[in-house]
Amino acid sequence: MTKAIISINHVTKDFGSVRAVNDANFEIAEGEFFSLLGPSGCGKTTLLRILAGFEVPSAGSIYIDGRDVTLLPPNHRPVNMVFQNYAIFPHLNVASNIAFGMRRSGLSKAELAERIEEMLELIRLPGYGERGAHELSGGQRQRVALARALIKQPKVLLLDEPLGALDKKLREQMQIELRQLQQQVGITFVFVTHDQEEALTLSDRIAVMSQGDVLEISTPGELYEAPRSRFVADFIGTMNFFDCIVGDYRGGVLSADSAELGPVRVACTTPPAAPGEGFVLAIRPEKFQLVFDDAGASANTVRGRMGPSAYLGDRSHFYVYLEGRNEPVSVALPNLARSLDRIRGVDQEVWLTWPEDAAVLLPREE
Amino acid sequence: MAATRLKLNGLGLYAIAYLGFLYLPVAVLPVFSFNDSQYVAFPLKGFTLRWYDELADSYGLLNALGNSIRVALCVSVLSTVLGVFAAKAVTRYRMHGRGGLIGFIMVPLVIPEIILGISLLMTFSLSDVRLSLVTVGIGHLLLCVPFSMLVLISRMEGFDRSMEEAARDLGENAWGTFWRVTFPIIFPGVVASLLLTFTISFDEFVLAFFLSGSDATLPLHIWSQLRFPERLPSVLSLGAIIVVASTIVVFVAEFVRRRGVQLAPPRA
Ligand SMILES: Nc1ncnc2c1ncn2[C@@H]1O[C@H](COP(=O)(O)OP(=O)(O)OP(=O)(O)O)[C@@H](O)[C@H]1O
Ligand SMILES: [Mg+2]
Repeated sequence: MTKAIISINHVTKDFGSVRAVNDANFEIAEGEFFSLLGPSGCGKTTLLRILAGFEVPSAGSIYIDGRDVTLLPPNHRPVNMVFQNYAIFPHLNVASNIAFGMRRSGLSKAELAERIEEMLELIRLPGYGERGAHELSGGQRQRVALARALIKQPKVLLLDEPLGALDKKLREQMQIELRQLQQQVGITFVFVTHDQEEALTLSDRIAVMSQGDVLEISTPGELYEAPRSRFVADFIGTMNFFDCIVGDYRGGVLSADSAELGPVRVACTTPPAAPGEGFVLAIRPEKFQLVFDDAGASANTVRGRMGPSAYLGDRSHFYVYLEGRNEPVSVALPNLARSLDRIRGVDQEVWLTWPEDAAVLLPREE
Repeated sequence: MAATRLKLNGLGLYAIAYLGFLYLPVAVLPVFSFNDSQYVAFPLKGFTLRWYDELADSYGLLNALGNSIRVALCVSVLSTVLGVFAAKAVTRYRMHGRGGLIGFIMVPLVIPEIILGISLLMTFSLSDVRLSLVTVGIGHLLLCVPFSMLVLISRMEGFDRSMEEAARDLGENAWGTFWRVTFPIIFPGVVASLLLTFTISFDEFVLAFFLSGSDATLPLHIWSQLRFPERLPSVLSLGAIIVVASTIVVFVAEFVRRRGVQLAPPRA
């Protein structure tokens, strides 16, 4: 990892009896696109506001660019923020909004005007300087908020769900623009979102939070393919969980037994627990294969009944009911030609199979 | 946008009757201020500017007008300044007993003025303060601050505090944030508060009656003049001038308010 621009040292924040952030302890590297991801109320905004200087942590310290800023007020920090509602100043036009933070920059009027024009160019709103704040659409407000922060050339840009207020199409377009912009200016972005797809698309690394705890910090690929806890596995994408008992471990392959799946074989470097103890096997919907002929009773094969299905254009989702399991298993298959034409509908007998390296091993949680 | 035709149904008639009731008495003022007779009675006699001339020479009346304007100016500015601070404190800081505190400040709104007047008079005489325009101003301030607070609190609550945070984030200190963001956004509220409190103080009678000592304010002076019928017409002419002046002020204020509505941020 390159040099750390932000280091968060055992930061805790209490609001009265509510613990919004619990012992957050990690670093963010220079130039990184770093996301804070988690469900509503998990403390993402609070952690971001601590970085911006709007909240003082109850315990712990914050270093930005090697300097202890824990008690530094927001106007003295080398970071800028894009607010969730953009907070565009209503009494100023676009140019004055962008120039707001440049009062003490020491630039001449002409230089400043030039910088503003550059920023308008960057956010692809050239010639919008004279527009009033109330004459902008949601996406334009968002870009003005970006320009207003970026013109200060901060070490770190903090963004609190900046795309939350936009409709789906515009959001996807802005995601691409945001990512391009970040690579163009090379500034570290700390990005708050509760949308896991958005986090996966944009980020270099993601911190998943739940109820104030930072559960896991990984790259999008690792989070999806090898989550380290049941919460993360469940929160990111869809996941099927099965309780299993550890059996033999030989040659990098674990044999285990599951009441719902029968005998199971999983490739892993270390067994998740001692023989005879329980663990959780997690399998993504798209790792399964559907077989329509009797596949026999081998490992990693289980018989089931078709449940309801949904056609999603490029792929289809199926529910498959297993004997001895209440909730159905989610299965996702690409809509390739011929692959699905043997599906007869609900209650058809099918078999699910999956490769040895397709499953994730998780510790059993009480 | 096409204006809907005003139909003369029951509701329309009611509206006209209401407006008539509201403005007819006010219209009486200018009409009789140009009437060439000492007595307020029909038929009208003839056109004259005599009463306006007399007004210019009437020292007592002009003096009282000056007193009232001075008091009202000081009171409106002071109460608006206090109102801004109080509204900011109430809406921007996490405080214990916030509701109780607001209620406490609002109490003068519901205490009858005559009670307020007597208690203030007692307080001043007990503490040996000489009655003057200053004591009138203090009384009016007590009366006006709640109004200022009401106007400004609603304005403060109407805009998102993330505006102020954004200003801090962009490098402004608390003072700069107030002048560059908070004040411009609440400006229409400030104007409304200035106008409202100016008007309240300008025509306040009861407290002034108790607290003015020998310096009469305009309402007190007019009251004292009503005993002399020959003075009435010049009082009317003054009234007419005040009506015109306040109409202009109200229009200006409305203009400012509309601009403020336009500038107001979209509510979340
Ligand atoms: N100023 C505050 N006073 C009291 N409690 C607060 C305050 N700010 C946040 N909290 C509490 O702290 C917890 C975390 O809040 P936070 O705003 O950080 O959540 P979040 O992850 O940003 O959620 P969302 O996705 O809904 O924005 C919540 O339980 C919230 O009620
Ligand atoms: Mg939030």
